[in-house]
Amino acid sequence: MINSYSFFESPILALLPFYPLLSFLLLITFAKRLSWSQASFLSIGAIGLSALSSAVMVYQLQDQDFQIITVTLWSWFSVGNAQVNVSFYLDALSSVMMMVVSGVGLLIHIYAAAYMKTDENFSRFMAYMNLFIVAMLILVLADNLVLLYLGWEGVGLCSFLLIGFWYQEKANVLAARKAFIVTRIGDTAMAIGLFMLFSALGVLNIVDVNQMAQNSWQVGNESAYWIALLLLGGAVGKSAQLPLQTWLPDAMAGPTPVSALIHAATMVTAGVYLIARMNGLFLLAPEVMQYVAWLGAFTLLLAGVAALVQTDIKRVLAYSTMSQIGYMMLALGAGAWSAGVFHLMTHAFFKALLFLTAGSVILALHHQQNLFKMGGLSKRFPIETGLFFIGLICLVALPGTSGFFSKEAIIAELWSSPTAGAGLWWCAIIGALLTSIYSCRLFFLAFLGQNREEMHKNDSVGDELSRLRLPLIFLAVLSLFGGLISLDLSSVFIANTSIIEHSKEPSWLHPVAITTPFIGIVFSWFYFKQYRRNTGKPIVESQTAFVKFCRNGLGFDTLYYSCLVRPYCWLAKVNRLDIIDQIIMLNAWYITLWHDALSALQNGKLRWYAAALGLGVVCLAGVLIGGNS
Amino acid sequence: MIITIIMIGLLISGTLAWFSEGIKVNSARWIAIYTVFGFFVFFVTSIILTPLSFNELTLLTRLPWIDSLHIEYAIALDYLSIILILLTFFLAIICILVSWQEITDKKGFYYFNLLATFAGIIGVFSATDLFLFFFFWEVMLLPMTALIAIWGHENRYFAAIKFFIFTQISSLLMLVAIIAMAYFHYSQTGRMSFFYPDWLSLNVPIEISRYIMLGFFIAFAVKLPSFPVHSWLPDAHTQAPTAGSVLLAGVLLKTGAYGLIRFVIFLFPQAATEFAPIAALLGVISILYGAKMAFAQTDFKRLVAYSSISHMGFVMLALFSFNTIAYQGAIITLVAHGLSSAALFSMAGMIYSRLHTRDLNNMGGLWSSAPRMGGFALAFAAAAFGLPGLANFVGEFLSLVGAYQVFPVTVIFATFGLVGSAIYGMVLFQRCFQGPASEEIVDLSARELVISGSLFIMLVIFGLYPNLLFSYFTQIGIN
Amino acid sequence: MTAIPLEHVLIFASILFSIGFIGVIVRKNTLFMLMSLEVMLNSVGVAFIGAGSAWQQADGQVMFILILTLAAAEVAVGLALLIQMHQRFQSLNIDKLNKMRG
Repeated sequence: MINSYSFFESPILALLPFYPLLSFLLLITFAKRLSWSQASFLSIGAIGLSALSSAVMVYQLQDQDFQIITVTLWSWFSVGNAQVNVSFYLDALSSVMMMVVSGVGLLIHIYAAAYMKTDENFSRFMAYMNLFIVAMLILVLADNLVLLYLGWEGVGLCSFLLIGFWYQEKANVLAARKAFIVTRIGDTAMAIGLFMLFSALGVLNIVDVNQMAQNSWQVGNESAYWIALLLLGGAVGKSAQLPLQTWLPDAMAGPTPVSALIHAATMVTAGVYLIARMNGLFLLAPEVMQYVAWLGAFTLLLAGVAALVQTDIKRVLAYSTMSQIGYMMLALGAGAWSAGVFHLMTHAFFKALLFLTAGSVILALHHQQNLFKMGGLSKRFPIETGLFFIGLICLVALPGTSGFFSKEAIIAELWSSPTAGAGLWWCAIIGALLTSIYSCRLFFLAFLGQNREEMHKNDSVGDELSRLRLPLIFLAVLSLFGGLISLDLSSVFIANTSIIEHSKEPSWLHPVAITTPFIGIVFSWFYFKQYRRNTGKPIVESQTAFVKFCRNGLGFDTLYYSCLVRPYCWLAKVNRLDIIDQIIMLNAWYITLWHDALSALQNGKLRWYAAALGLGVVCLAGVLIGGNS
Repeated sequence: MIITIIMIGLLISGTLAWFSEGIKVNSARWIAIYTVFGFFVFFVTSIILTPLSFNELTLLTRLPWIDSLHIEYAIALDYLSIILILLTFFLAIICILVSWQEITDKKGFYYFNLLATFAGIIGVFSATDLFLFFFFWEVMLLPMTALIAIWGHENRYFAAIKFFIFTQISSLLMLVAIIAMAYFHYSQTGRMSFFYPDWLSLNVPIEISRYIMLGFFIAFAVKLPSFPVHSWLPDAHTQAPTAGSVLLAGVLLKTGAYGLIRFVIFLFPQAATEFAPIAALLGVISILYGAKMAFAQTDFKRLVAYSSISHMGFVMLALFSFNTIAYQGAIITLVAHGLSSAALFSMAGMIYSRLHTRDLNNMGGLWSSAPRMGGFALAFAAAAFGLPGLANFVGEFLSLVGAYQVFPVTVIFATFGLVGSAIYGMVLFQRCFQGPASEEIVDLSARELVISGSLFIMLVIFGLYPNLLFSYFTQIGIN
Repeated sequence: MTAIPLEHVLIFASILFSIGFIGVIVRKNTLFMLMSLEVMLNSVGVAFIGAGSAWQQADGQVMFILILTLAAAEVAVGLALLIQMHQRFQSLNIDKLNKMRG
């Protein structure tokens, strides 16, 4: 049924993830010996090859029966009777992901080459970016869960390396560590899920798992419930959803192209991909689907609230990413698989655009990221303002943009979905409202109003910005018209049998959903009046306790710090000397004690010996006499 | 005869190295590396050329030794011991290379001790007479103690004595178990025997085997080391010279695991099954406790030492789950941990030779001046926390998948070791190489590049193509 | 002549022995220790004499002569050591000779 190929029969797919690997190896080996043009040619060329191969493969996929291609490179190892191969599985879902990763990845690489040009470790940076693309492509193309886990951990490591790219700063180092360890907690849940899955079904191949689960388990099966729940644990870690969302805002410590590539467009959506990929399993656990939906909804609202009060432009975007992934999760939980994946794709376009444009602005402002120190940028950087505006209207989902199509597709499915419902629909609407409010706030603060900081006139800035523009324009076009790409994922989500009864829905749902962003904009237009107008009054950020609480991500960091980090560190500190060792060394102490006592007796004093002798004799006599009587 | 020739050869060349150092300076290390490399090649070619198949224990030599007690000189190999001997040879070369410039005092005697330890270890992996096994067990111990006590760091006597006493007490228990087993053989068949195949055919009642098994188990658990008896390891590792640490972590710990497989699980399957839940529990505690203790350390080598305890916990857990998958995982973990911990200890040695400290608080930001070193350190730390694509992942994954079939709850706890290992791995790497630069150091030299590069390549090969090992021991899985 | 009862002799001998023993223990000066030793030896001699007269046998007196010889030899060696000691350490304090402590 599936077209399986060996390496030689489909070298394009087989080699697809490995061009960037080759480039990574070259870049890391020669590092600083490469000039800027050589290094960027290598890295961009490799991604370009991958993107080209992806396009070819997507084209080839149309001709295949069932629209599936698999290619096996070699047999990795075997678990019992199950073979774990290094093999790639291309179907409609993974081809969407592959195109996003290599396509958006290519644009971001082009941008990054210009953005990081002056960094002394440029080759190293591009090497990590390439390695990330390798791992991400393996993740999306993996045909079994173990290979997926390889990609999964690989992207985690690259994310760690790139967040901590400027490792001389203590804060970046800690952010990198936090990102790695928090996602690792999710990965551990996922690993346990894999163990359970294997012991229950005896296979780890994604297609087999979905099929066998569908065939052998009833809906509501307990194993399915636990496995799905644990896989969800992995997904929330990677996709920065509740309760493992705390690492994402800190991850903004990395260079901006990294935030765009890893923490907006690709890696953080891996959790969404995982759940979509395992849809056959998740459909058997409707409770977990509900959890997914509710987690998505909560994250959506929480991140929206947090985004409202951030002062750092990148952190606003980070929280916005979290909330948009919340939408995707909500869609998956509601069983709207295609809509979730569609939103994943459009989000990759417009969020990459937003991040990269923000990066340009930040670069032009000499690494000023504080919104309250920006303002009036529309006059200085009109093109960037336009691009950012395009990104924002997609984010807000104004009709006609790509974000509109995907977000409306999600919201439309919620009301009547068996695993979602009216409550979640309202959450999504409130989320959309929040999105438009924080987007307006961001735009007003940064681009409208007056200049709040004395800017140095720098002539080279204009040149630099123009070099960065090309990929931005591409992304802007994709963001605007990406909604017109029709994704046909029906071949992947065959199991989507729950026919949604749209007929019983009230008629006001669609109008409300469409008008919500406008309500938000109108509200902000008046509420944030002072931000957009040139009043001459200085604007200071609010410092009330509640605002601070929201700004810090609603206290999750503090909670985890005092509940998990502190006890662990305390435990480590208290037991640094190893209590077991201390107990065992008590023996040594005891023996030393006897040694000291006995050697103290041998003091070399004749009188002492004589006394001991006398005492001994008396004791002996006492014993003899006592024994006789 | 292969093994016998190699062991005698190693001892002779060790003696030669000892005396030649007095005649010509620096000749000892050349003699050592040529001999080890030569015997490595010799071993590999003779294994390939021999018509014997090593799917099960294949007797190579059997000569009477102490006739009155029926003690024999019996040497046999199977794929398990071949894999471990190959690992020993590979790490032996690494050991000599890391000592290349580190050892400046009594060089000749040092290489003699090193080669004598290798000979003892090879003997342990191939002896089939239990008395001979015990003999080699002690042979390997003495030069190792000397290595720690003479060429170690500031607190070396203490560490050496601690190491010696722990191993001695545990091996005394093993001796008692061996003698008891020999007497049992006598009472059953009327003939004393220390010969392993003879013992395999014995039918030991569970009441007796329980105690004899425990004797072996404790000896090997100390060597592994497992949770309550692990505390010799951090001291010994920290104080030993770099090659000593590499040898200890890379190979000596594996003798414990080897003993568990060969003499606990194969000889006393019934008693071992009965004991399995406790052993698995000890394994899990080792995993979590080791990871937690590793996080608490500020000494580079001590941190790696505790991480070894954590990794060996996986082996213990896997072995006592009596599952083919877990068993394969355990063997991969043995090899992978041998390579990765050897790599981390070599890294510690390289840093020590530059900064003259092992304290993580005195390091930081070394990456900017030594990018290659940092890259390799990251790769080795990643291997230690089980990054897929490197050998440790395959081992840990298979161990846990296999063990999950038997001890689901225990394995769920064990899996949290993955978080623990990520924490200490990250702490180790970041405190050394990231943060504000503390000092400028020289990047890896050619010799160090060879060491790190070869270890890394091995880790990648076994991580991406573990079938290289699997294809040999699929047949010897536990029933 | 009424015989002195053996008990009295033994009690006297043990008192004498104890005095000598305590002298050995408490005195630091080696000369006094030697003298105390003499007292102890003599107390044993008294005990032998008493025992010899109680059983009407000569063995006790033979033993006493033996002890007397021994005491003389011991004093000779002891005093010689004492002189040596005084020459080396300029002191007769026995506690200064604790070189052999454990």
